[in-house]
Amino acid sequence: MNITNILDEIEKVDGEIYERISPRRKAMKDFFRIGSKVAIVAAPLGIGSMLNKAYGQAVPAGVIAVLQYALTLEHFEYTFYLNGFNQAPIPAGAEKNAIQAIRDSENLHVAFLRTVITAAGATPVPAKASYDFTAGGTFPTVFSSYATFLAVAQVLEDTGVRAYKGRAGELLGQKVYLTAALGIHAVEARHAAKIRLMRRLNGQSATTKPYITGANDTGIAAVNGSYVREDLTTQLGVGITNINGQVISAASASEAFDEPLTAAEVLALVAPFGVS
Amino acid sequence: MTKKTPSPEKEMLVDDIGIAQPSRRKFLGYAGAASGLFMLAAACKKSNDSGTDLGSGDVGILNYAYALEQLEAAFYIQVIATPYSGITADETTFLKDIRDHEIAHREFFKNALATSAIGGLAVNFSAINFSSRASVLGTAMAFEDLGVSAYNGAGYLLKDANYLLAAGKIVSVEARHAALIRELVTPNSFLGDQVDASSVNIVRTPAEVLAIAGAFISTKINASNLPTG
Repeated sequence: MNITNILDEIEKVDGEIYERISPRRKAMKDFFRIGSKVAIVAAPLGIGSMLNKAYGQAVPAGVIAVLQYALTLEHFEYTFYLNGFNQAPIPAGAEKNAIQAIRDSENLHVAFLRTVITAAGATPVPAKASYDFTAGGTFPTVFSSYATFLAVAQVLEDTGVRAYKGRAGELLGQKVYLTAALGIHAVEARHAAKIRLMRRLNGQSATTKPYITGANDTGIAAVNGSYVREDLTTQLGVGITNINGQVISAASASEAFDEPLTAAEVLALVAPFGVS
Repeated sequence: MTKKTPSPEKEMLVDDIGIAQPSRRKFLGYAGAASGLFMLAAACKKSNDSGTDLGSGDVGILNYAYALEQLEAAFYIQVIATPYSGITADETTFLKDIRDHEIAHREFFKNALATSAIGGLAVNFSAINFSSRASVLGTAMAFEDLGVSAYNGAGYLLKDANYLLAAGKIVSVEARHAALIRELVTPNSFLGDQVDASSVNIVRTPAEVLAIAGAFISTKINASNLPTG
């Protein structure tokens, strides 16, 4: 992650970012592309003021708050996979490679959000010095049992997807920030589907599907809160079950839509892990 | 071919917007990217030959999503109707589930849009070999990845938070589908080339998406009134 990447990110959704930052667009682009290490290290402060100037005003506090919230959760997720990869008895080969890929993906999200927040003129929240991955003793074998580790991973990913979704509305119309958040949101969903499929195929949870069926489909009562309202079958007042004469079961109707969680709900859910 | 009769309101919007300079520039960009089967004709306003008009504002974006869901649903309905040789029990389960999800999405948009909904689109699947696992799953993967990038690329164009939330509820399910199909094709490809160097999912503009999807849709789609931010 570096300044070139963040500008490239922004360019994807705002093709004129270089133009906004400097009329000498080409020069600016070339500078970041081939800039010396010193320039890149020194850049974040400058980038923040350039972005503020680029968009004519300071980034709204509400946007910063959502980004910090996202970073808080990404720190937690990354540390979970970092420790899990090192400590949990994950079978070598495809499964360990998958966990490594997700760990690295979360680490990139941390770096990305830190850069975006810095560029927006704020100080990124730090990771906690330590987390309690047993959630106060609820999952005592989280890093000693592979099955427990994957079950907790699934719950964290599903919860993460719901957490991003719950705050998307606060980024309404924010081309750069909403698009970035949606991009991470989709990747969390890819992680969730992968973990769920792994648990199905390795026999730990043979009926689990890559999508959430009904409310809590994990069989772990302690995580009911992470799946509250996932069994909804009505969207914007439209009933989905057997909609318009189609044969759509309530299970499919619930699977077809992931539901949001509020920030308060998410923070209460992750509090036992030492996240705040 | 399905043609939409514009409501008086739409007609007015088209007249109002006309071909203002930025729209015109955008339109030329779209047209340049469009494939043969797919034609955009902003200049031919009022003419039925301009194709199915997605409309403007949030309605336009929802119709855009509705069009993609129509395409996906039609594809999976065919997949289940004529299963490829060697399909496994798990694959049948998953593909039936996905079919039902896409039908649910399609019908949801139809009802949410009510009288503003575009008509049913005609699809062209002649390039797909439904008896081949590789052809079917390869197409499924392309459609799912396309859908995720489409929703993510259009989210900021929505003005109504309720619509954004509804789209958000759907896009994560599309991402779950995408990861699943990718795993069926190649294990551990759940992210693959769909993320950038920051592990953020790629996005596509409506023009980019429709240029790709247009190869499978024989109804002409007029996307020239979509918001452009």
